[in-house]
Amino acid sequence: MEAYYTKEHEWVKIKEGIASVGITDYAAHQLGDVTFVELPQVGKSVKQFEVLCAIESVKAASDIYAPVSGKVTNVNEALNDAPEIVNESAEDSGWMALIELTDPSEVKNLMNREQYDDYLRGLA
Amino acid sequence: MEELKNTPLVDEHIRLKALMAPFGGWNMPIQYEGILAEHRWCREQAALFDICHMGEFLFRGDIVAAGLEEVFTFSVLSIPVGRSRYGFLLNDNGGIIDDLIVFRLAEDEAMVVVNAATIDNDFAVISSRLKGGEFRNVSAATGKLDLQGPLSREVLVEKFGAAIGDIPYFKFIRTTILGVAATVSRTGYTGELGYEIFLPADKVRELWELLLADQRVKPAGLGARDVLRLEVGYSLYGSDIDEATTPLEAGLESFVNFDKEFVGKKALLKQKQEGLTRLKAAFRVGSRRSPRHHYEICFEGETVGTVTSGVFSPMLGCGIGLGYLRPEVAAIGAPLTIRHDKVSMEATVVELPFYNGGSLRS
Repeated sequence: MEAYYTKEHEWVKIKEGIASVGITDYAAHQLGDVTFVELPQVGKSVKQFEVLCAIESVKAASDIYAPVSGKVTNVNEALNDAPEIVNESAEDSGWMALIELTDPSEVKNLMNREQYDDYLRGLA
Repeated sequence: MEELKNTPLVDEHIRLKALMAPFGGWNMPIQYEGILAEHRWCREQAALFDICHMGEFLFRGDIVAAGLEEVFTFSVLSIPVGRSRYGFLLNDNGGIIDDLIVFRLAEDEAMVVVNAATIDNDFAVISSRLKGGEFRNVSAATGKLDLQGPLSREVLVEKFGAAIGDIPYFKFIRTTILGVAATVSRTGYTGELGYEIFLPADKVRELWELLLADQRVKPAGLGARDVLRLEVGYSLYGSDIDEATTPLEAGLESFVNFDKEFVGKKALLKQKQEGLTRLKAAFRVGSRRSPRHHYEICFEGETVGTVTSGVFSPMLGCGIGLGYLRPEVAAIGAPLTIRHDKVSMEATVVELPFYNGGSLRS
């Protein structure tokens, strides 16, 4: 499965035209304890880098941006009652939405893991 | 900007990898392990807070002759020796210069414990109001650690003797800890059974290490402290109360004794007569969203106030907050909307405290 990353610290994993989306371990650590995830509506259409949904921690409220354009086909409802999953497993169980891709070529605007790790080193 | 001050424990906080941030002019630990974990540890076990930034003043002399009786909103003379009392230092307009606790150490001795950011101003104001007696700022030489949580009593009794176990709420004892004179007070800022320990600043590190060596004790930062205090509805000076706010507006009239003279009394009586234009209200959000400082409070589409404190309450599983409203919309049960940018949350005015299940009086 291919994984890509944004400068705003979202990840996207693409499999057969469906993208799963979440925030990176780095982002979850920066936010601190996550207390609320506002999941997007299923059926919502989003454009790449537009606001997808929102997240709140004890420290701050932030937007989460769509790493790719498409239609939201599913959301991780487990986060409604247990948003702490994002802290425990940001890049796996803490996924937030599935997006049906409209333009697979958009990944050229994203970083691969190696590039993202370099990007993080630049922030340190 | 003035340089941040460090407590005697700054190296310990850094060693524990605390997230440090400025608070009231001090470089303070906000969190160690995480705010929610530290909050929970305090509600269930015993959490240790470095509170060395707060200020302590000592008064010695004739309380009445020196005019100390008229400095605060409560009577110092009527505090029995061995007890402490919470109240306010007001300006002429009735605005709150600080909220503080006075400890009656002896017939002619009192300790005043004040907020960190207000130490210098408080000391100047109180000094200017005194007509006699000896008044000293001992903040730098005084260390303060708070041990708070249901297990705090058994921890301290095991380490320092049974006398600590018998201290009732808002009483204190003067005792010997680590070979030096210390004051142990059954007070705190968390809603849990807990103690504030005052001892010489150069002994703080030894006490910190001794307490943290106990498995029941973990360090907690100001982040957890803020959640803990808001859950039980305590005001934070500089956020919920300040010089432009009176105790009446803050709903804290019970800490004002109108049967005696004090600076600001005239203004408060006038305000009582004319009625309040704003009143502090507590509200509970209908979701896990957190209200935050400066968010707008709306009632029936109209802005009626701003949030002064807001957090996610782990005990209630929802957002909670304080803010000032026009009195007519501050009624229990009133529906509010909290707004900021595109964030919007429904809330309801509720009674304080938000959370009443703590071990405070156990």
